[in-house]
Amino acid sequence: MPETTYLDATELVLNMGPQHPSTHGVLRVILKLDGEKVIGTECVIGYLHRGVEKIAENRTYAQFVPYVDRMDYVAAVSNGLGYCLAVEKLLGVEAPPRAQAVRVILTELNRIASHLIWLGTHALDVGAITPLFYCMREREEILNIFERYCGARLTTHAFRIGGLQYETYDGFERDVRAFCDMFLPKVDEYEDLLTGNRIWVARLKNIGILTADECKAYGVTGPLLRAAGVRWDLRKAQPYSGYDQYEFEIPTGVNGDSYDRYLVRIQEMRQSVRIIRQALDGLPGGPIMGKVPKVIKPPVGEVYLSIEAPKGELGYYIVSDGSTQPYRVRVRPPSFVNLQALDRMCRGALVADVVVVIGTIDIVLGEVDR
Amino acid sequence: MKPSAWRKFLRTVFFIDLIEGLWVTFHYQRPKYIYTEQYPAERPKIGERFRGAPRLNTNPETGETLCIACNLCALACPEGLIVVSSERNEKTRRKELTSFTFDTSRCMFCGLCEDACPTDALELTQDFELASYSRQGAIWDRQMLEEGPRPTQYVY
Repeated sequence: MPETTYLDATELVLNMGPQHPSTHGVLRVILKLDGEKVIGTECVIGYLHRGVEKIAENRTYAQFVPYVDRMDYVAAVSNGLGYCLAVEKLLGVEAPPRAQAVRVILTELNRIASHLIWLGTHALDVGAITPLFYCMREREEILNIFERYCGARLTTHAFRIGGLQYETYDGFERDVRAFCDMFLPKVDEYEDLLTGNRIWVARLKNIGILTADECKAYGVTGPLLRAAGVRWDLRKAQPYSGYDQYEFEIPTGVNGDSYDRYLVRIQEMRQSVRIIRQALDGLPGGPIMGKVPKVIKPPVGEVYLSIEAPKGELGYYIVSDGSTQPYRVRVRPPSFVNLQALDRMCRGALVADVVVVIGTIDIVLGEVDR
Repeated sequence: MKPSAWRKFLRTVFFIDLIEGLWVTFHYQRPKYIYTEQYPAERPKIGERFRGAPRLNTNPETGETLCIACNLCALACPEGLIVVSSERNEKTRRKELTSFTFDTSRCMFCGLCEDACPTDALELTQDFELASYSRQGAIWDRQMLEEGPRPTQYVY
């Protein structure tokens, strides 16, 4: 007879994922448990690694644009905007005002779509199935606008370096306005379903608390940082693509728990609608493509440009050696950086809370692994 | 107890928070809110700019291909999946297209080839039914590109 059996052990190591429905893709989390209490976690990533940064070294600048859509595929337009802006900064050109305004409209629509996916799947993880259907229904309207504008729904390839390839279609303004009018009451409906719901509050309140100092120490950005009470939004802090022309507020939370993150994202959707309406009201005419040569050959140099993607700071660091292909492209994905804080947020929590915390970070594994 | 505390207490006792949510759900029971599309029987409405199956356009009057074998699409393609081969016609001194292959299995439908084409010969169409039983079937030759895919039609 052995001296000790497995039943005597107080610590249990448990694998969660990579094929777990609530790890949002192929994330493997190794949980160290004491009973139902989490002592520590470890993330194993890389199941979706495609070597996007390496692919960039063998593609021309224009050819790489479709690939960035495949990193954060839930918010493909934001990815494209970040990359195009970075290359434009390297080239020293700027998109014309009309292109900038259309870019803002599409990016904000994509922010809403990304938050809708987050809200639906997060609610599904917590146990509320209904919001998923409603969120997908509204997201469908956004994807229809994308399809009519650029011909693709998910991996849009909507922007080109220097501006836009496609002029807005007939009825674009009408469609976007109709969406805005339709969408705001729907946000109230999501709030009716969730905000006061006692199960939702019990599962989210005081779960996965991350204070402002901890957020800064981990480099966590986006709604997680704002939920901790830090008024930091790159759209305000270092405006790009004409964001300084629009009036909007930065919603912030107080406690930095999962519930505050939910409220911040709900408010962000409302603010996005506000930005879209302002951009539509002041939509300038004129060209949509800047003065960019046919063959893009930036001067020798390096550039870092970051934008506020739906999930946080999305940065592109591009080194050019003067040829038609980038020497090195490094992406700073928000999901990857935010995922680090998982261990800090899970320690001492229960197993069921790990699901909530993973959901509340809003990760997309395509972006974490690249 | 303060009024706000009473309010909260009564809301909890009478399940107001849950009833509010359930009202939203039941409100959508009306048949007016059906969003399901019966796909194979009911064709989806596809955007005019949809990037789907590639097509090599021909001149509708003469039936000759519009492609001038300039190879720009092959150069623009990030995946390098287009192969254009041409032959110089000794009489007219012009390049003539001999074969054109397009590997749809590797295509990500970014539309860069379409943008690069100077004669609007190569176009991404609204056809989206590209499934085939073999990998070889996903590699389209010139004839397939000119005629377009012919998916099985089902009658309901």
